[in-house]
Amino acid sequence: MLLAVENVTHRYGSLVALDQFTMHLNRREIVGLLGPNGSGKSTLLRLLSTQTKPQSGKVEVCGFDTAKHPQAVRARIGVVFQTQTLDKLLTIEENLLACGAFYGLSGRILHERVRQAMYQLGIWDRRADLGKNLSGGLQRRAEIARALLHEPQMLILDEPTTGLDPVARDEFWKAIEELREKRSTAIIVSTHLYEEAERCDTLILLDKGHRVAEGSPSDLKATIGGQVIELKARNPEAALLILQENFSMPVRLVDGVLWVESEQAHLMIPRLVDAMPGEVLSIGLHQPTLADVFRKVTSKTSMAVHA
Amino acid sequence: MMLTAAVLAKRELIKFWREKARVAGFAAAPLLFWFVVSAGFNDFARFYGGSIALALMFSAVFSNMTLIDDRKEGFLAGVLVTPAPRSGIVLGKVLGAALLAWLQSLIFLFFLPVAGLKPGFFGVLGCLGVLALIAILFTLVGFLCAWKMPSTQAFHGVVNMLLMPMWMLSGSLFRYEEAHPGMQMAMRLNPMTYAISLLNQCLGIEAAFSVGLSLALLAGWTLALFALALAWVGRSDYATT
Repeated sequence: MLLAVENVTHRYGSLVALDQFTMHLNRREIVGLLGPNGSGKSTLLRLLSTQTKPQSGKVEVCGFDTAKHPQAVRARIGVVFQTQTLDKLLTIEENLLACGAFYGLSGRILHERVRQAMYQLGIWDRRADLGKNLSGGLQRRAEIARALLHEPQMLILDEPTTGLDPVARDEFWKAIEELREKRSTAIIVSTHLYEEAERCDTLILLDKGHRVAEGSPSDLKATIGGQVIELKARNPEAALLILQENFSMPVRLVDGVLWVESEQAHLMIPRLVDAMPGEVLSIGLHQPTLADVFRKVTSKTSMAVHA
Repeated sequence: MMLTAAVLAKRELIKFWREKARVAGFAAAPLLFWFVVSAGFNDFARFYGGSIALALMFSAVFSNMTLIDDRKEGFLAGVLVTPAPRSGIVLGKVLGAALLAWLQSLIFLFFLPVAGLKPGFFGVLGCLGVLALIAILFTLVGFLCAWKMPSTQAFHGVVNMLLMPMWMLSGSLFRYEEAHPGMQMAMRLNPMTYAISLLNQCLGIEAAFSVGLSLALLAGWTLALFALALAWVGRSDYATT
């Protein structure tokens, strides 16, 4: 098994970052951790990458317990942080050579691996540039190259596209998808961007330290029946009551906006508007998105909490 | 371990060289201090050892201030998630910084004739060794402070509070034999006292302690601080921001 997280609970003081969290990963695929800030994504990745020991529960990477054999785990994972780890006063090549040495590589193998990684990520021409002179996108690519030198079995990426423009973000994802194709590396990536999450094979949705849903992006979206109607009303609470009394479809009120699931949304819209004359400010429909799934699963948990 | 240490030490040297401002500024202040104080007392030999030690202590401690930048810039986090041996990380940072501080202190040796000291070839060789030991000891002090300090400002404060008393109580300012018994107690606890004593032995100046005792205590202090640094780095729960 590549990764086993068993009943991990982690607290920062009284704040529970992860609560009885369990996950397993066998196949070599891109697994996305999707959730808002504070949902426990970064804590989970810190535990996987041996930066923090689990307070309770167990984390195993490639069969090694991260608390008991951190060195064995470190040799098998590559980590890309949210922030830059390249030395600003060293060139890309010097940075990579140093990092390779930390993984015990030396001599011809080290130089060969550094060269390969630079070619693969398209930074060969920029190898003599100092870390401080790199653009955001280039810097990210150098960071991935750095994490690949020792041919890890699992790559851990913590919100790796933070601060990148859309073009650089797209390039980054192309590089990640290529990695999965060419090296069949297992990749765990955290993100709070829905459009990024769409590119993962499997998604784990996190909220307040709990896993609230898991599945492929298409499977997750299929949990929503039909389409989603987005309705803004003059008085959202009153509108919610009217909808719940007169219609049987699932309705959610999140941040002042009503979300209605419907299999025949185009037919429903006039009926909804008729049901509350003068109340509707705007109304529209769209195919289900991951944002809808997230709203659905998190409002469920919050309803459970209120009950 | 040695590979990690060598890579990190080399990195310190490259970075030092690329930050030209750091290259220019060293050793000037302690040299000035030595000239002024020695001219004032009209005795250029008496404060010679103490002045080298002062220069070395400060440059050694401050050359490991880069550790705070390494942490803030994320470089350290990048190293800590690799299987690089923790001992190699400590050794590399310390040896790199110690080498820089040691090289800076060597400028003083060119002023031996001005001080009127004639330690001879083996005396100079001994000085090089003692200076290397002091450099390692104080880069370790710098390493430990930098590991715990949140910012370079805090580091400055703590280090100054620590270094000045250590230097003043080392026998550089007044002699051990002439000090108040209470002061002598404090001086005996100070590793710097033995470093100055050793340095004086090598320079052919009267020394307070024997070579064996001084060497043993200096080495003991260095090993103890290295062990402490290792213990701190070994803990994986380490804030990376």
